[in-house]
Amino acid sequence: MVEAFFEWFPTTWLGMFFGVEQTALFYFIAIVAMILVIVLPLLIAVAFTVYFDRKIWAAVQMRRGPNVVGPFGLLQSFADGIKLFLKETIIPSGANKVIFLLAPMITFTLALIAWAVIPFGEGMAVANLNVGVLYILAISSLGVYGIIMSGWASNSRYAFLGSLRSAAQMVSYEVSIGFVLVCVLMAVGSLNLSDIVVAQQGSILNWYIWPFLPIYVIFFISTLAETNRPPFDLPEAEAELVAGYQVEYSSMAFALFFLGEYANILLMSAVMAILFLGGWYAPLEALDFIPGWIWLLAKTAFGFWMISMVKAFVPRYRYDQLMRLGWKVFLPISLFLVIFYAGVMMYAGWLPK
Amino acid sequence: MSSLVASAKSLLLLEFMSAFWLSIKYMVAPKVTINYPYEKGPISPRFRGEHALRRYANGEERCIACKLCEAICPAQAITIEAEPRDDGSRRTTRYDIDMTKCIYCGFCQEACPVDAIVEGPNFEFATETRAELMYDKNKLLANGERWEREIAMNIAADAQYR
Repeated sequence: MVEAFFEWFPTTWLGMFFGVEQTALFYFIAIVAMILVIVLPLLIAVAFTVYFDRKIWAAVQMRRGPNVVGPFGLLQSFADGIKLFLKETIIPSGANKVIFLLAPMITFTLALIAWAVIPFGEGMAVANLNVGVLYILAISSLGVYGIIMSGWASNSRYAFLGSLRSAAQMVSYEVSIGFVLVCVLMAVGSLNLSDIVVAQQGSILNWYIWPFLPIYVIFFISTLAETNRPPFDLPEAEAELVAGYQVEYSSMAFALFFLGEYANILLMSAVMAILFLGGWYAPLEALDFIPGWIWLLAKTAFGFWMISMVKAFVPRYRYDQLMRLGWKVFLPISLFLVIFYAGVMMYAGWLPK
Repeated sequence: MSSLVASAKSLLLLEFMSAFWLSIKYMVAPKVTINYPYEKGPISPRFRGEHALRRYANGEERCIACKLCEAICPAQAITIEAEPRDDGSRRTTRYDIDMTKCIYCGFCQEACPVDAIVEGPNFEFATETRAELMYDKNKLLANGERWEREIAMNIAADAQYR
């Protein structure tokens, strides 16, 4: 995508304006333009994601959900966004101002930069990193910092407890996510997300969800914990912590947390689609004429639908149950599965050369 | 053995699966709620909504300033001041209801001997400022004019049970 863009961009009027020769400025503008091409649709997608989340949740409870703002309430999220934007940013008197304001920015930025390595189609990633999986793991681990900083800087008990819970939870479930990824990586032989998708080329039967079904389940549930979704939304448990680490936030700072959270959920859905659901490939080869990014979008939407459905029918876990599930169930099972899959692949000679 | 079966069941996420299937069935089931601002549910004739002061058909105010409503109001939301009018009849000069205090119990309507103060069928009177919820006599009389048809019908429908 990068190379094709550099060939195409100088032929446009903007490219003409900056000169055909590829100067440093040209590269800078081209990269910024490419980032905007990803980020702007992503933010709009996040807005609609919030809307669909509410709609799905409402539908399971046989309600209608948002239905007033725009046709079918489609513009509800934008109305909420404008409302948040117009509100006052309140900084608690005991708060550490710099860290307090830095935390939502970090959360939001980290949620966005992870999208750099997501391949939307053949070669359509902003950065086609060879260690894409590690990059995703690293960025999602860094996400803890935004939450810890917000909890610490708010100078509030609720926020602090919520952020501590969140940090412990994310660290615990990252372990099993790591093992899950190892299984997939063993089958592919590469950490590059594009290579992982290419390894699943073909029809729906070639997708990794079939051989790796138990792994997929573990990944899905760990994703719920990683993104603080129900039933693992303890960091913001309304009943005991009001809103966890977001308690003291208002206005755009809160909006950044909210956007970051949903961007993260979308990211994990996309990673799920890439790892297990064949990324940009169509379920049937006859459907390949539909562009790959539409398939990736559809699969991401499916992943999000599952995450959203779970919210509707599960009660919240107690904190000790959460830790028990993470360390005493998922860790041994995923460890066992790593060894199991490694053994099977070794024995059958399916390991990549 | 039973613990083995139980752990096998939880490992296979059987309950999770059945719950997922159940919620999918509920997701496509018809909605039980109505499309609220565009559709509205039926309201009982006894519905206790926004207050209104009524007039007689000849345009005379019904309220005779007996202050029974003020006396019975458990939230003390009603303030009445009264003076004899030039023609000698006793009328209110001030009739305020603090709608932020009102608990919509309907006692004022029950207490009123002349059906002057009533709670109408209107429940959509949200305002942008608090001050707008301090209703005065003009506002209440205006409500009475606006909702007279519905209020009269409701009182007639409910009369046989009183």
